[in-house]
Amino acid sequence: MSPGETQPTQQLVDHLFRHEAGKMIAVLTRIFGIHNLELVEDTVQETFLKALQVWKFNALPDNPGAWLMQVARNKTIDLIRRQQKLADISSELQVLLLSDTENTIQQFFLDTEIADSQLRMIFTCCHPALSPEDQVALTLKTVSGFGVQEIARALVSNDAAIQKRIYRAKEYIRTSQVQFEIPSGVALAQRLEIVYTVLYLLFNEGYSSMKADELIRYDLCAEAMRLCKLLTEHKVVAQPSSFALLSLMCFQASRFESRIGEDNTIILLQDQDRSKWDKDLIALGYRFLNQSSTGDHLSVYHIESAIAAEHCLAPDFASTNWYALLRLYDYLLECKPIPIVKLNRSVILARTASVGVAIDTILDIPDIRELLNRHYIYAAVLGHLYAQAGNSTESRRLLEKAYDLTPSLAEKKLLQDKLATIH
Amino acid sequence: MKDFMFIFRGPSPEDLNLTPEQGQAHMQKWFNWIGELSAKGRYVGGDPLVREGKTVKGKKPVATDGPFAEGKELLGGYVIIKAESLAEATELAFGFPDFANEGSVEIREIVKMPMSS
Repeated sequence: MSPGETQPTQQLVDHLFRHEAGKMIAVLTRIFGIHNLELVEDTVQETFLKALQVWKFNALPDNPGAWLMQVARNKTIDLIRRQQKLADISSELQVLLLSDTENTIQQFFLDTEIADSQLRMIFTCCHPALSPEDQVALTLKTVSGFGVQEIARALVSNDAAIQKRIYRAKEYIRTSQVQFEIPSGVALAQRLEIVYTVLYLLFNEGYSSMKADELIRYDLCAEAMRLCKLLTEHKVVAQPSSFALLSLMCFQASRFESRIGEDNTIILLQDQDRSKWDKDLIALGYRFLNQSSTGDHLSVYHIESAIAAEHCLAPDFASTNWYALLRLYDYLLECKPIPIVKLNRSVILARTASVGVAIDTILDIPDIRELLNRHYIYAAVLGHLYAQAGNSTESRRLLEKAYDLTPSLAEKKLLQDKLATIH
Repeated sequence: MKDFMFIFRGPSPEDLNLTPEQGQAHMQKWFNWIGELSAKGRYVGGDPLVREGKTVKGKKPVATDGPFAEGKELLGGYVIIKAESLAEATELAFGFPDFANEGSVEIREIVKMPMSS
């Protein structure tokens, strides 16, 4: 650029580095093997450092993502030429890499192959031998390009704990000869269930946790959706359930803004301004739900998405189709006979039958005493129902218990407001 | 207008151990600063310096490795800008994004050869 010539301030696409980190780590891992993850992460870090140095003073390349990939590719070729780390690579690939280095490497950097490598990484992070918490942390680190501190912030943990989780998960993968692949046959179906669970956990951590700050929670939801979208774009895993989960996330995310008021207060579904629901996301939700309606398997994500869609269909709270919702909850209870589903179903019963029936249904949940003493949500819901039934003593007792149980300030505020109305 | 050189010292990005997101945020700060200098028509150009180098010195000159400057003393790069005076150039240096990372900017006027005709 010549002096005096002006140019607009350069800007990178949001989260470009994170997303490119995930891609590069996946591609390089496919070449060097999962046991070389450290080498791979170092190489990706060097690639970013190079970009930081060069881009600072100069015009950005036309396609920054492609530029990063190019640098990573060249670093890979260098490593191969120096014949480092080759000993552990499969002999078949080794022959190819050595005889025709550039072309062989180039194949791995094709867009379709990048997507394939990313999926392999997702499946590897969701290895069944790892605990769900470790799966989530490792996915955020290696697939999503989050740093340790960012993961700790997002999951409301601390750096040391997250570091430990990631270390433990990597050690397991390195020493147990876990294959870097997309499983096939029965194993695929089983592993895919874990992948869904991890993505749904990620999404819910962002959507429900009132503990972390808004920005990082939003990032988590967006990241879960991005990864779920990757599933729907890959021929092997573009299955009906993948679309169902993605549609569920779209419906939920459409309410992201409207369920939190000023001062981080919670706005309940019945009080939300529905004009603030994101119509584009709702439309996407319907589109993906449509695409999920093939095959003969009805997953829990299908049902949960249909429930979320039912809420989106109602122009206001009063016109909610409670009977349709009850039918869906009946289905859901069949697939997932767990206390929280029973609790949510009872809330619908308060509309279709009576508050008394809802209360009785909750009290019939096995181990309900224990649940009421340990999880604020049971005490809060039952406390609200008792308030509607006019039993202020029980209502007050339960809402106060819920107040003590929840760690979230926003939830406490909501409960406090409710308690103030009970005399 | 005169030409000035901004000489940057401070930890190199690899010492900062940035996550991808932090790296991008760091980069954006630089884009904003350089973009602002460009918009004012003051930016001429600049380059980063590779960390490793050699030094040649002595009456019987010998080459040695280094300098191995650490952290805040490390010479990281330079930029050339245009300004009316040292005071104005100094003012422009306040936008440097790396003060929080123990970075510093040295501001020196470049002596130009008088026009010969």
